[in-house]
Amino acid sequence: MLALIAYLALLTFIFGFGWRIWTYWRAPAPLKIPTTPAPVCKSGVVWRMFTEVAFFNSLFKGNKWTWLGGYLFHAALALVLIRHLRYFVQPLPEAFAYIQTVGIIAGLAMVGGLGFLLVRRFWVARTRYISSFADYAILALLLAIGVTGLLMQYVFRPDIVEIKSAMLGWVTFQGFPTPSDALFVVHFLLVLALMFVFPFSKLMHLGGIFFSPTRNQVDNPRERKHVNPWAVVE
Amino acid sequence: MAHLRPYPASDKHMTPLDFPGARVEDWQQKGVEKLGEMLQKYRSLQVYMDICVKCGACADKCHYYLGTGDPNNMPVQRAELLRGVYRRYFTPAGKLFPKLVRATEFDETTLQKWFTYFHQCSQCRRCSVFCPYGIDTAEISMAAREIMDAIGVGHKYTTEIVGKVHSIGNNLGIPGPALTGTLQFLEDDLLDTTGHEIRLPLDQEGADVLLITPSADFFSEPHISSLMGYAKVFHQAGISYTFSSYASEAANFGMFIGSYAQKQKIAKRIADKARDLRVKRIVVGECGHAWRVAYSFWNTLNGPFDFLDPNYPVPQHICEFTHQLNERGALVFDKEANDDLTVTFHDSCNVARASRMGASSGGQFEIPRALIRATANKFVEMDADTIRERTFCCGGGGGLLTDELMDLRVRGAMPRVTALKRVMEEDGVNYVALICAICKAQFNKILPMYGIPMETVGGVHALVNNAIQIGAKRGIV
Ligand code: SF4
Ligand code: SF4
Ligand code: SF4
Repeated sequence: MLALIAYLALLTFIFGFGWRIWTYWRAPAPLKIPTTPAPVCKSGVVWRMFTEVAFFNSLFKGNKWTWLGGYLFHAALALVLIRHLRYFVQPLPEAFAYIQTVGIIAGLAMVGGLGFLLVRRFWVARTRYISSFADYAILALLLAIGVTGLLMQYVFRPDIVEIKSAMLGWVTFQGFPTPSDALFVVHFLLVLALMFVFPFSKLMHLGGIFFSPTRNQVDNPRERKHVNPWAVVE
Repeated sequence: MAHLRPYPASDKHMTPLDFPGARVEDWQQKGVEKLGEMLQKYRSLQVYMDICVKCGACADKCHYYLGTGDPNNMPVQRAELLRGVYRRYFTPAGKLFPKLVRATEFDETTLQKWFTYFHQCSQCRRCSVFCPYGIDTAEISMAAREIMDAIGVGHKYTTEIVGKVHSIGNNLGIPGPALTGTLQFLEDDLLDTTGHEIRLPLDQEGADVLLITPSADFFSEPHISSLMGYAKVFHQAGISYTFSSYASEAANFGMFIGSYAQKQKIAKRIADKARDLRVKRIVVGECGHAWRVAYSFWNTLNGPFDFLDPNYPVPQHICEFTHQLNERGALVFDKEANDDLTVTFHDSCNVARASRMGASSGGQFEIPRALIRATANKFVEMDADTIRERTFCCGGGGGLLTDELMDLRVRGAMPRVTALKRVMEEDGVNYVALICAICKAQFNKILPMYGIPMETVGGVHALVNNAIQIGAKRGIV
């Protein structure tokens, strides 16, 4: 049963994500609309995108507190994800030994950042006003994933060997038996839930940001004619 | 509240633009269909419908929110008015659990909210600067307006103006003979005041430059002083130029209503006329959104402009033009002529956040300032959070410059006025230099309501007009 859900989730995530990206890809950008001051060459755009993705530049300009919470969460999440690769890679490269501790501390930071964002969403009247059930639900889901993960790390340690073989079987589509640790199963189920909703939710900002015309366009409409594919006229 | 909602357009405003004259019968279905069609045509719309995380970073960035305190004027919430409908009809979550994701039917209530709040956005893009994904609520407002137009729910002021451009040639509805008369009158005036024959030519074939300026420059104060400034620059540089009675308008309200077709049609008058008159260059006068359309969209809409001289960018902004001449030593300015003024500069949104001047990024900030410094001794910046790409809209852009929306305009101007008042009190500023016809008209009317004299407002080229020394040196060609 778990195996079935797990495969459904994985496939939903992969195809759903791909489908959304395909939607963005195929929609034309009829006009040049970069938010200026914008780079006047391609490499400038790459740099602009990099600073947005790596440092959340615009958000930093927009709201320092939100930036702090959001950045803490995302950076920690990235580290945690990298550390989690150890459960999916065999044999394990040596480098993984070094990020072990960092990854574990990041787990705490991630939950901290999420907690901050959740409290802020409740607390600040403006953000409370714009929040729907779905906005809280996603935060809660991420928090639950983080907390169950931390519990396994610090309180109830599961059998890593058993889990790793199950995970390897899962991602290589070779089937897997349900691991015996209940806490792990809960953690895993929550992650699957996240995979299910990902392509249908605002989490698509992960892929969408790269398609944002205000950020990814070169500011050169006078130098180069930008052609609108659906309005080619004579 | 009065004057926060625009007047609906009627049949006579809508049909000339190929929009339905009245609300179509199956408007709900038609509106949703139109949204679906636009999602496939505009990547910006599709992406911005999906990826807002509701972080709220944009919420307090909109001058209309700051001025009205109405939560629907938070950019994210304004966009949610459209996103709710998008979710309901185009996403699985919205179809299955509308309540949980706040998906809304496209019903009468929603439509009324759209009509109110999508006409309370001046499309200034300030929100897009601060959004982590660059979500541009201006794009969303434009889309919503186009959907409303498609079902016959238009905004009287903007549609009426677009109609005038098609039938008469400019936003103000100035017919050719009146234009000739005005230009003649201004020439006489210039002769009286300067003793030089400074020309304002109309429809002159074979001139080097076609000058396209907002029609307000011909008829309104303080716009006219800028017009005289342009004329003096051309005169002094010895470059021949002409206005066109057929293409006598730089403004393009097609952008405000979001209509690609209208934008294209309005811009086409200019491209056609430039070809007819066999000019070598096109220069655009002081107008914010006109410059955005010209700079960013002309090439796409009506290009290529390969019949023009490739040594100059197409089009060129009048500030770029004057600045370049000054750099080359073609102009002489007597800065003392502006010594009674302590000048500050209002970055007009469409110039600041949607266009460029010169060759490098940010030239749109530097060039007008360089021109001010070249023509006046006293220049002061307003608070750093309210200039350059963070500038606040004057409150009248995006097709909101109408008395129907007076209350909104007054409130929307508040953040800009606050910053202005500060430099007026602390630094003795008594002149706001502008490069946008709408900003000029808006401030002219609104500043007095905040106790600031009307004379405080003026163009950058009005400073040029005061300072330029006619005949001081031979112009170069
Ligand atoms: S800043 Fe951008 S992502 Fe955040 S709420 Fe505003 S539009 Fe949405
Ligand atoms: S574009 Fe300007 S007016 Fe419109 S929502 Fe954004 S900040 Fe407000
Ligand atoms: S009228 Fe001026 S300040 Fe207002 S949106 Fe246009 S350019 Fe910006």
